[in-house]
Amino acid sequence: MDILANLSLGFSTAFSLANLFYCFVGVVLGTLIGVLPGLGPVATIAMLLPVTFSFQPVTALIMLAGIFYGAQYGGSTTAILVNLPGEASSVITALDGHAMAKRGEAGKALATAAIGSFIAGTIATFLIALFAPPLAEMALKFGPAEYFSLLVLGLVVSIVLAHGSLLHALGMIFLGLLLGIIGTDVNSGAERFTFGAPWLADGVNFVVLAMGMYGLGEIINNLEKKDKRDLMLKSVSGLRLSWAEFKHILPSVLRGTTVGSFLGILPGGGAVLSSFASYAVEKKVAKSTVPFGEGAIEGVAGPESANNAGSQTSFIPMLTLGIPSNPTMAIMIGAMMIHSIQPGPSVLSEQPALFWGLIASMWIGNLFLIVLNLPLIGLWVKLITAPYHLMFPVIIVFCAIGVISINNTEWDVFMMAFFGLAGYVFSKLECEPAPMLLGFILGPMMEEYLRRALLMSSGDFSVFFTRPLSATLLVVAAVAMVVVLMPSISKKREETFKE
Amino acid sequence: MSSLIKHPRDFYAGLMYSAVGLGAIIIARDYNMGTSVRMGPGYFPTMLGGLLVLVGAISMVRSFFNKGEGIPAFSWKEIVLVLGSVVLFGVLVRGAGLVPSLILLVIVSAWASDQFRLKTALLLAVLTSVFSALVFVKGLGLPFAIIGPWFGI
Repeated sequence: MDILANLSLGFSTAFSLANLFYCFVGVVLGTLIGVLPGLGPVATIAMLLPVTFSFQPVTALIMLAGIFYGAQYGGSTTAILVNLPGEASSVITALDGHAMAKRGEAGKALATAAIGSFIAGTIATFLIALFAPPLAEMALKFGPAEYFSLLVLGLVVSIVLAHGSLLHALGMIFLGLLLGIIGTDVNSGAERFTFGAPWLADGVNFVVLAMGMYGLGEIINNLEKKDKRDLMLKSVSGLRLSWAEFKHILPSVLRGTTVGSFLGILPGGGAVLSSFASYAVEKKVAKSTVPFGEGAIEGVAGPESANNAGSQTSFIPMLTLGIPSNPTMAIMIGAMMIHSIQPGPSVLSEQPALFWGLIASMWIGNLFLIVLNLPLIGLWVKLITAPYHLMFPVIIVFCAIGVISINNTEWDVFMMAFFGLAGYVFSKLECEPAPMLLGFILGPMMEEYLRRALLMSSGDFSVFFTRPLSATLLVVAAVAMVVVLMPSISKKREETFKE
Repeated sequence: MSSLIKHPRDFYAGLMYSAVGLGAIIIARDYNMGTSVRMGPGYFPTMLGGLLVLVGAISMVRSFFNKGEGIPAFSWKEIVLVLGSVVLFGVLVRGAGLVPSLILLVIVSAWASDQFRLKTALLLAVLTSVFSALVFVKGLGLPFAIIGPWFGI
């Protein structure tokens, strides 16, 4: 079997001492930022990117990936214990998880979240191993027209799945695309939108943009919210499930895994949407003895499995097509590029050890997480009450040092401050930054594929509709757009996001 | 004017899109447009600028008809202190060195919180900057002066 050979290559890579160690560091850091308020995976990965410069590429990616899925575990701990989700993907968990904690079943809720996440992570790892190779093979046959249409589809789907106004998501994408082409045009060598500034000649650095928006912008937002975190539980006990309880939650876990695995692949999907969708499914399907919202264990098991499955399958489009499905994947692409790996279908054939090593490390990381989170829960609980007024200046310090160390120029620091302001203004206008980040990453790719496709067709735009695969992708995009614009559906969509 | 705008968020977001789009088109006029066969550097930005103006216009027109909540007030103190501390760091780091500029960054930014105490902030500032100097300069070998040339050391 090919899969077994591939996985064994992956595990032999992931089991090297350095990779195991940095996988561990990654998931510990991930759990930490998941527990700590006001610090998300995007900003953390951006901050740590400069630290990984000297690493082997595979080691760097393993650690950064660990931060991402580790944060989902940590986020659910705070959601259950203090009713304050550490990550957006745990918002749903807070509903029933915290209700269970109030009833004195915090240990059971935490165990459910951890076990559900682990099962979901295991299944998702196999799904990646199963589906990534054929997808990459298909993508190798893509011409520029297909790639362009695929990018259009990706962006459209990310609009459909974005929170809030569709029009603003569209606007933010165009804004991001435009921001992405700042700098020297690879084709003509012309400098575009640089205003003659040498520090813009290489374009805006993605880390600068992400740290400004998600680091600084978030800090200002958090400071004005001024919420207090009161821990209701000083210690947690009963961190296990009986066999009967396990059998009881297993269907929810599997349903959550299915929903999450599917939504994780879609652009704009990933962990957050997966947990929301899974909760909606559980509410309809599960026959719970306790009403949802009042501590139904299914309401913890489903979404927690879904967000972990979703966070892992979102690696599929990133690794096989080079297309990020959420801001965290966008920053992972940035990380690959820094280590001079061009993300896309060729990664699988040219760097099999890196590809499979990363996937195997996810399963190992999940194993670390279950060990870290159940017996060591007391340690994390103490961190929940970490005072934000002492934390945020330290975060700013790390952002500042991280940004200046990329290109060793203070202009990047000033630009980060600018994007911090922009991020804050966007949040006031309720414009989501995520579509903009996707646009920013995809902008240069899109221009290049458009240019090549039109060059090959002698400037005829119909090439996007006459090539069958390209046409199919565009039709799917159009259908998605029309469906979401229909009044009855758009009303439902609003309801889903409100829940 | 404000009585006409029923949805301030849509209006100002639309204004922002249109302004950026228009700016992009104007600047891109200096770049070679090329043809669709051989797209010049001005082709794609002009296209995007046009789409952005369109989205902005729709959003602005919509704001005259749909009702929506107002834009919440900006927290200027937090904005100025947090972003100011970062800019200050960028200005000072070459001349003053890493430790002095980080100490200022921490104190100025910590001031943005309601729970600001000068003593705690000072302690935090010293600890963080010494830690950063040890880890980033001594440990990871980043090219910063710990104490900069301004101090003549």
